[in-house]
Parts: sequence; structure tokens; C-alpha cells
Amino acid sequence: MKNIITIFNREFRSYFSSPIAYIVIGLFLVLTGVFFYLLTSSFLQYSANLQWQAARMRQAVPPMNVNQMIIRPLFSNISVITLFVVPMITMRTFSDEKKSGTLELLLTSPVTTTQIVVGKFLASFLLYVIMALLTWVYPLVIIIYGNPDILPIGIAYIGIIGMGAASIGIGLWISSMTENQIISAMGTFVILLFLWLVGWFSNFTSGGFSEFFKYLSIIEHFNDFSKGIFDTGHLMYYVSLSGMTLFLAHQSIESLRWRS
Amino acid sequence: MIQINNLTKRYGEFLAVDDISFNVEKGKILGFLGPNGAGKTTTMRIITGFMPPSEGFVTISGHDVSKEPLLTKNKIGYLPETPPLYMDMTVEEYLNFAGLLKQVPNKKIKYAVENACLKVDINDVKNKVIKALSKGYKQRVGLAQAIIHEPEVLILDEPTIGLDPIQIREVRDLIKSLAGNHTIVLSTHILPEVDMTCDEVVIIKKGKIIAQDTPKNLSKKMNKSSLEEIFIDLISESRSEEK
Ligand SMILES: Nc1ncnc2c1ncn2[C@@H]1O[C@H](COP(=O)(O)OP(=O)(O)OP(=O)(O)O)[C@@H](O)[C@H]1O
Ligand SMILES: [Mg+2]
Repeated sequence: MKNIITIFNREFRSYFSSPIAYIVIGLFLVLTGVFFYLLTSSFLQYSANLQWQAARMRQAVPPMNVNQMIIRPLFSNISVITLFVVPMITMRTFSDEKKSGTLELLLTSPVTTTQIVVGKFLASFLLYVIMALLTWVYPLVIIIYGNPDILPIGIAYIGIIGMGAASIGIGLWISSMTENQIISAMGTFVILLFLWLVGWFSNFTSGGFSEFFKYLSIIEHFNDFSKGIFDTGHLMYYVSLSGMTLFLAHQSIESLRWRS
Repeated sequence: MIQINNLTKRYGEFLAVDDISFNVEKGKILGFLGPNGAGKTTTMRIITGFMPPSEGFVTISGHDVSKEPLLTKNKIGYLPETPPLYMDMTVEEYLNFAGLLKQVPNKKIKYAVENACLKVDINDVKNKVIKALSKGYKQRVGLAQAIIHEPEVLILDEPTIGLDPIQIREVRDLIKSLAGNHTIVLSTHILPEVDMTCDEVVIIKKGKIIAQDTPKNLSKKMNKSSLEEIFIDLISESRSEEK
């Protein structure tokens, strides 16, 4: 445990000793902010329209669902944006250490490969969680001015965080296979994009294939979370994807010793 | 202290280390000599547990490096060919991290860092970011990292590479002063260094040991005054044999 904390500490601090963390978090907040602005302004316009129409027809204003109209699309957008920023979070993790030779320090120290992988994962994951939770201001604005159900918001965040864990696992794995940060980021992005688009393939196939593609899709599993539906099956998908990719990262570091 | 038994390493088909064996006694300094590509770094990487051998085994005070990796890694301080430095950290942060990695207890870490800085004389740059240091200072930080947990065994891969003559002398004196408490294996191209610091020399070429003795005995045997002559002789000898 102490070793994991040692690895974690250095890794987490390294994000803030370079501009990386600030750029990633800044970019993420700007992008999500833009979507939030667009969603709320179109919602306001829509509701103004409805009110005007209701007044003209001398009817009561029909009820509008903030959760459905703002919260749900907001979280869908956030989930897509994470696919773009996760590669930036994970690109350096192993690639940099391979390139600079510091991996040799880690691998000749009395720590296990598992401790190295887990320590690094936790550092990237914490940065991700902080970044994701910084978006709480958007739901807060809605809570102040509207009357949304709170529980679905919490569930959506669980989905965002679960999806992040899986994406970061993928990023670490790819990073463990190359000493080039750019390749690491691109590779991670391509795989995440594939796991995102694979859901669409299911529309063009049928039967078992369709189900399989749907199951693979990282976004497909998020849809229920964004609707406020908590399903342990979806959470299990994220947890097992994280576990599997961390195992693969572990194997790739170990095999590096054998091959190098 | 260190026993190397029939060590062989293949990279694919390529034989980098070919059935080498030697021992290093406690408190002694062994010089590991050889031309470029002889297999020095490869051997050291196996001793430190960075990678496993294809055949043979290494023991550190009786413990097999492949079978008890955590135990033996704890006993070894290692300075790789390129010092494994995190350029964004300050010297102190880095040594702190290295110390914790090497299982120095939290309570003693401050003392360990201070002690290591003192030994390699880098107190004046302690708060500098590593990337801003000169090559010689980087090398010293690498050395400080290797001795931070006061390991029984020190493996130094070309510790004086890239240093100016004064620094070379300083590092040489430092290494000498470390012997006794530490058992040291150092690789080098600089022959006078071996003459002056090492108790024993192993010369390898193309993965094979071609000579192994004390520097004195070697000069006696070969009837040569300097190790340099011996080295060049040995290396070119085996070169002409191949023809
Ligand atoms: N990862 C690797 N994959 C394939 N071959 C390698 C690898 N590392 C080293 N070699 C080869 O093994 C041989 C021994 O290399 P090694 O680095 O051990 O030599 P060295 O004695 O340290 O040389 P130098 O004095 O140049 O540092 C060389 O021919 C080298 O090309
Ligand atoms: Mg070498």
C-alpha cells in the first residue's frame, strides 16, 4: 500500500508540474460549458415559446421536464467530451518513463509491477474525477433556477466516473506499449472512438452481432446512467473493462522485461 | 556477496551474454570492462533484476534475484547507463521519491536525503529542478539515488561518463570511499579508473569473459605496465583469432 501511495504521489504531482493538468481541465470545462450554454438557452427559448403560446390560447403552461431536456443531453455531451480528454491524461503515464529511462528505476526498485500500475491508475483517475466533478456548477445552476430531480444527476455522475475509469485503463494500457506520447494519445483516442462508434454498428447488423456490438459500446452503457437509471450491469461493464485493461498494462510492462 | 552463475542472455537469436560466471566479495570493487556492445549493461540489468536471464542465475548474499526480486532489489543500489531522472522534479523531491521507493521509512527519509546529498556533494543544488542541472550534476543526482537506502550492493553503469576530469576524480574518490560498506560493480571504458579504484577486473568481449584477475596480477601475467595495453591487447587478440 505504501508503495502504491509513493507511485501515486509522484504521478499525481507531475500533472501539476507541467501545464498538462491545467490545459486538460480548462479544455474540458470550456467544452462542457459551451454545451451547457447551448442547451439552457435553447431550453429557455423553447419554454418562452410555450408560455407565449399558452397565454395566447388561454391555457395552462404544459409541464416541462428539465431533467429530460437539459440534464440528460448535458451528461451525454460530457461523456463524449471525456473521450477526447482522457488520452491527454494518460498519454505520458508509461510512455514518458520508457523514453526517459525512469522506468528502469521503478522496475529495479523493490515494488511490484501491480503496485506501479495501480498507483499510476489512481493518479490519472483522481485527476479525471476532479475534472468531472468540476462540472457540478452546471447542475447547480439548474437546481437554483429550476426544479430538477437530484437523484438522476448523482446517477449520471456515477456513470461518468465509471466510464472514466474504463477509459483511463485503456489509456494506461496503450501508454505501456509505446515510448511515444503522441502515439500513446492517438492510439487511446482511436480505441475509445471505436468503443463509442461500435454501438452504431449494431444498427446495421442483427441478432447476436448486434447485441455484441451494443454490449461493447462504452457509450451504450452510459445511456441508462444519463437517464438516471442505475443498473449494476452497466457498472460491472466499466469495472471489468478497467480491470481487464489494467491487467493488460501489467502484462505489457512485464513482457517488456522479457523482450528488452 | 554477488554470485553470477553461468549467465546467458539472448535477444532473439542474438547472444549478448554468453555463459559468464564470477563472484564479488563483500566490500570489494569489481571493474567490469569491455568494448562497446560487449554486454556490460545487459549483465548489470540482469543483476539488478530489470530483466531475467535466458539461462543461469544471480544471487545476492545467497538470494536468487529472479526468485526473491523484492528482497534482492532492496539490497541493490543501481545507477543505469542513463541516470533515471524525472526532469520536472527538484533534486530533493526526486531523492525523496527514490528513497521511499527503496523502502526508506518515512521517519528516516529526510536524513537519508540529506546524507546522500552530502556524500555526492549536491547540497547547493538541492532545490533546483533537475532539468536545469549540468550533466555532471545530473550524474551525481543519479548516484545519490543509488546510495540513498545505503544498499549492500552498488551496481554502477559507467558512473563517470560525461564528467569533466575533476568531477571524474571526485566520483572516483567517492566510489572508493563507499567500498567497504558496499560491494560495488562498476562498468567503464576508462582504464586508469579501474587501475586506481578496483580490487578486481573482469574483461568481457562479445558476451564472453576473456580475462579476470586483480589489476596487479594482470599486469604481471601479461608483462605489461598499464591496463590499457592489456585491454587493447586482449581485445585485438580475440579479434585476430576470429579472422
Ligand atoms: N534491447 C535489446 N534488444 C536487442 N539487442 C540488444 C538490446 N540491448 C542490447 N542489445 C545488444 O546486446 C549487445 C550488448 O549490449 P550492452 O548494452 O549490454 O553492451 P555494453 O557492453 O553495455 O556496451 P556499451 O559499452 O556501448 O554501453 C549489443 O550488441 C547490443 O546491440
Ligand atoms: Mg552499456
